[in-house]
Amino acid sequence: MPEYRLDKDLVRHVAEVAHLELTDEELERYSKQLETILQAFKEIDEVDTVDVEPSFHPIPLENVYREDVAEDWDWNPLSNTEHKEKRYFRGPKIT
Amino acid sequence: MSSLIDRARSLDEKYRIFNALTHEEEPTGRGLLKGYAVSVKDNVCVKGMVSTAGSKILTGYVPPFDATVVSRCRGQGGFILGKTTQDEFGFGTFNVNTTKIPLNPHDPARSTGGSSGGAAALTAVADFSHLAISESTGGSISCPASFCGVVGVTPTYGRTSRWGLIDYANSLDKIGCMGKTVTEAALLLRVISGPDEFDSTVLRDPVEPYDEMLDTSIEEVKVGVPQEYFGEGVDPGVSEQVWNGIKRLESQGAEISEVSLPHTKYSLSAYYIIAMAEASTNLAKFCGLRYGLHQPLNGNFDEYFTRVRSAGFGDEAKRRVILGTFTRMAGYRDAYYLKALKVRTRVIEDFKHAFQDVDVLAAPTMPVVAPRFDEIAELEPIQHYMMDILTVAPNLAGIPMVSVPCGRSVGMPVGLHLMADHLDEARMLQVAHVLEVT
Repeated sequence: MPEYRLDKDLVRHVAEVAHLELTDEELERYSKQLETILQAFKEIDEVDTVDVEPSFHPIPLENVYREDVAEDWDWNPLSNTEHKEKRYFRGPKIT
Repeated sequence: MSSLIDRARSLDEKYRIFNALTHEEEPTGRGLLKGYAVSVKDNVCVKGMVSTAGSKILTGYVPPFDATVVSRCRGQGGFILGKTTQDEFGFGTFNVNTTKIPLNPHDPARSTGGSSGGAAALTAVADFSHLAISESTGGSISCPASFCGVVGVTPTYGRTSRWGLIDYANSLDKIGCMGKTVTEAALLLRVISGPDEFDSTVLRDPVEPYDEMLDTSIEEVKVGVPQEYFGEGVDPGVSEQVWNGIKRLESQGAEISEVSLPHTKYSLSAYYIIAMAEASTNLAKFCGLRYGLHQPLNGNFDEYFTRVRSAGFGDEAKRRVILGTFTRMAGYRDAYYLKALKVRTRVIEDFKHAFQDVDVLAAPTMPVVAPRFDEIAELEPIQHYMMDILTVAPNLAGIPMVSVPCGRSVGMPVGLHLMADHLDEARMLQVAHVLEVT
């Protein structure tokens, strides 16, 4: 595995991608902790995985189909939001 | 107000067990769970009862539907008592990564274990007929069951429906059960297992009446003891009690042999990389729009979501989202995420190879007894993760496992972990039952 370092700039960038704003204290603390964790994770490099398929699931899954027929649903999807108008969710500005 | 609810409230005041408690009357239902109060881990949705998965970002969320496992319990006469405390989204081994931290009934200065901590504490102290719906991603049923001295069953991946679960990692999450006895946990497993039209990953194999299959001999059942599970870091007091349990199985006719699971050491890193990657995508849906924590709609799309998520996620959730996002990013994905998935294949092969020679595996559930809160406060995040070394491999492989109480060390309960091949729950529980009655 190449040497990757999760320095503060990279942690800030990844947090932005994940829609998280970190305080200076969080940035400092997480950078150190994540660096240690990432170093520990590197041990999987020792495992020979040539010609090994990745396991996205622990057991093989089969597709399951049903008839494409609409069914009644007796709950209101707007019941848990404060941000609604008439029958719609109200969201922040897109721009 | 019923006496049962009063009793539950008084246990909550003492051990911090519930995030929500019902106000309804006691049960009168008919069926397999007649007379049982069923508690539900907070990340499993119960209609009309606040369900937060232990997270501030789901503050006030009231599901308008029951999870499939919950409706099955109601259908068999079970009475839904309340929502039990847990680590935020299941992110933890000691149930300290949340605002309401449950206390271990055997010593309130110690952790219940996590992430299904409230479920295990309640199972240990309930003086009424009670069963607990719990959930495991990497050991969240086995660990607290071990620390609190109760029976915890994690079924084969896909044996139970995940519909209505506030998910952590889709390829790892399993809803399971806890009870004071193997028979009671087996009864709940029977009720909640089986196909569900709302979850396409549920296995369609027939469900067995596990609780009625327990009184059987284990003569000639082959029990494998993985040498890697008794290595460095496992407390000698824990090892001793587990070996005593294995000897009891031998005295009842089981054939004991040593086996090797050579990729055990690597399962921890593989597990955390995969679990965090999946968690970081699952947690993308929490944005303060449709449910949970809301804020005034100021700023644009990105600013609003960032503000809500930064205020709503706890420390461990933020760490996992950042690491999980990183290991999936272009340039790093092959080195971390894909590599971990290939290591997972090796871990699964280890178990499949072992089960060619033995029927079940026996090991300590956790390397230690429940630690004290002052000890936990000294640990770095990586040291928390390392406590999961004995439970993550079977969770990565999706095989069933049960933690059974097996003696005490320094006055605290020790758990013996039995693991079996996919869908071999019945035999695994038969061996567990022998441990309980001998």
